Amino acid sequence: MSDFINNFWPMFITVIALGGIFGCALLLWWTSKIKVAAGSDNTSGHVWDEDIREMNNPLPRWWVWMFIITIIFALFYFAAYPGLGSYAGKLGWSEVSQYEKEVATANEALKPLYAKFAAMPVETLAKDKEAKAIGERIFMNNCAACHGSDARGSRGFPNLTDNDWIHGGSPEKIQETITGGRIGMMPPMAAAVGNEEDVKNVANYVLSLSGSNHDSARAALGKEKFAVCAACHGADGKGNQSIGALNLTDNIWLHGVGEAAIIKRIHEGKVNQMPAWGTKFTPEQIHVLTAYVWGMSHK
Amino acid sequence: MSVDPVGKKSETKIPLDEVVVSLYAAQQKIYPRSTSGVFTNWRWVMVWLTQLFFYGVPWLEWGQRQALLFDLEAKRFYIFNLVFYPQDLIYLTAILIISALSLFLFTAIAGRLWCGFTCPQTVYTEIFLWFESKIEGDRAARMKLDASPMSAKKLTKKTAKHLVWITFALWTGFTFVGYFTPIRELASLTLNMSLGPWETFWVLFYGFATYGNAGFLREQVCKYMCPYARFQSAMFDDDTLIVTYDEQRGEPRGGRSRKAELNSKQLGSCIDCSLCVQVCPTGIDIRKGLQYECIQCGACADVCDTVMDKMGYEPGLVKFSTQHGIANKWSRQQILGHIVRPRVLLYAAILASLVLGLLLSLWLRTPFRVDVVRDRGVMSRLSDDGMLENVYRLQIMNGTETTQHYQLRATGLEGLKLETEQDESDSENEEHNNTIIVKPTESRWLIVDLKIPDGSVDSGSHQIKFEIQSIESKETVTEKSIFLVPR
Repeated sequence: MSDFINNFWPMFITVIALGGIFGCALLLWWTSKIKVAAGSDNTSGHVWDEDIREMNNPLPRWWVWMFIITIIFALFYFAAYPGLGSYAGKLGWSEVSQYEKEVATANEALKPLYAKFAAMPVETLAKDKEAKAIGERIFMNNCAACHGSDARGSRGFPNLTDNDWIHGGSPEKIQETITGGRIGMMPPMAAAVGNEEDVKNVANYVLSLSGSNHDSARAALGKEKFAVCAACHGADGKGNQSIGALNLTDNIWLHGVGEAAIIKRIHEGKVNQMPAWGTKFTPEQIHVLTAYVWGMSHK
Repeated sequence: MSVDPVGKKSETKIPLDEVVVSLYAAQQKIYPRSTSGVFTNWRWVMVWLTQLFFYGVPWLEWGQRQALLFDLEAKRFYIFNLVFYPQDLIYLTAILIISALSLFLFTAIAGRLWCGFTCPQTVYTEIFLWFESKIEGDRAARMKLDASPMSAKKLTKKTAKHLVWITFALWTGFTFVGYFTPIRELASLTLNMSLGPWETFWVLFYGFATYGNAGFLREQVCKYMCPYARFQSAMFDDDTLIVTYDEQRGEPRGGRSRKAELNSKQLGSCIDCSLCVQVCPTGIDIRKGLQYECIQCGACADVCDTVMDKMGYEPGLVKFSTQHGIANKWSRQQILGHIVRPRVLLYAAILASLVLGLLLSLWLRTPFRVDVVRDRGVMSRLSDDGMLENVYRLQIMNGTETTQHYQLRATGLEGLKLETEQDESDSENEEHNNTIIVKPTESRWLIVDLKIPDGSVDSGSHQIKFEIQSIESKETVTEKSIFLVPR
């Protein structure tokens, strides 16, 4: 890293840049005249390969002026813009400042649109075509990486189009989820449940809650052991949105279908995280995105 | 930087027989004399053809739009019934290569035909010269006017000339911008004085370039700026048609009375009237032989023929001929017979195959495109009803100027089912039911789910194909993708 903050390199660049311009000026002056034999036949007197003679066909003088103007321009350019090592230039222009200016201009142009959206409740905004198109673009560029382009998720990433919500599906809750992110945490429960047989029984009881294929004898045995799970998932297994405990009675399996997948979860637990987007988007953008997400399950 | 006599700068220690000269010189203004004759006529034909095209075509309409419009902002090029997109850049490349090869071919056959007859630099210089000669008079009058001190008459003539030039140049700039912004819109904007900053800039810039290049720089563009002028000699050979002076016939040159018999004073046909030099737009003497400045406009040939005619001599002392033709005193037929030679055949063959290839590719071009992007976040997933799903995004680009209805199919796996958003039919036509509607020249992203019954194929990656058919044109585009099945 020291190479990049060393004073030598800015100096090096400055010397090469200015030296190049100075060199051009020197070359221009140096090559503007030539010694020729007096009274010659419009040749420079230089002969190669016995009979190839160099003619003197002078360039128009305005051409030289173009060179001179270029050199003067280059000097002014280096004074005004960054180019000489670490010198920032009189105009203070930089790529970052230009980018920020353009973003500010774009935001300014979008302000009335977002102001209009901000004044609309999510339920109305979800029906607005323009807001939907903006929401779709935000979703495709940011959310689709995990939740899928069709928002139907995959293992570990919730489906947003069904009306099954882990942390609540009201507009306020969706907005809260997007802004602050969520961490869902299930601890490993096998020790609390009991031995391996008990775990298997509980898994079958969980399957029975949604009417999935299960061993009813085992499920009956597991019901009692389910008490430790009920602390979060509720006695009826319907989950608890305030702590993000999943509903076990619907037929939606975020972390895998079947007995084996459930046993694995009881053994290992699960930490699942949705990142917070509050720092990336403005509240107005999150409002539009909320409407888009809410709209997917309220067609 | 002018020539310094040696005596004044003895301290520079230059030997007495050497002088220092500048490699730059003030430009000498050239006053080409007007000509008439067959080549002049041909040039005017080309001036009219190229300029009728340039000024006229933007005003043509095709359906509801301008027939030829390069809409840079929307990234659409409209050329009569075709619409081109950034993806079609290859066609532009092909056209540029074809143009370059045409130049090679024409140059090999007939030298700098392009330079002398159709190059915008020549054409606009010709037009500007015509205005100039109508206002200021021909060569002698113009030279006299420039040499005379400023007077009311001179001021009037110069002002009139520049006003006409500037008007014409502005119209040229306006037309140029009319290829990129619909010209009728541009016209009303101009009349309302509400032209945007970029349009204003380009009208003025192109106008200024026309005014400067055709009014002032003229032959200097050809001599000092144009790269083609310098490398065209590589395409020349001894059978290339060039403007030549028949030295054997013309020399020794010399003035004589019109009544004098040819050869009576042991002179050649050249009467040394210097008209060929006076008419030359680049200010050279064709009698010195082939020179890089020569743009082959044939003005010297035209003027020499009129002189020969007056003298009662055969025309063609200065004419289009070849090096071989002049050296061997070939007839016209013999010269034309040497046009067909390997170099020309090669250029012609490459050119013909490229043109054919371009036309074929335009003919086979499907009026829509499809891009398939597989969702990488969702490798594959098991749905609650026991189907294995992969998710894709399809971008369908409608290249036509009418609304299109597309039907989507996926093939490659047993029992492959496709699920996507379906548009409500927008017409009575039953064929339009369950289709994807894409508006004219627009593109649309479509989210597509493909599903197969879980366990129906081996795990791994499987090749599949999307087939998209346009109901209107019946054309089908096939795009490859893969379907992932987990272990």
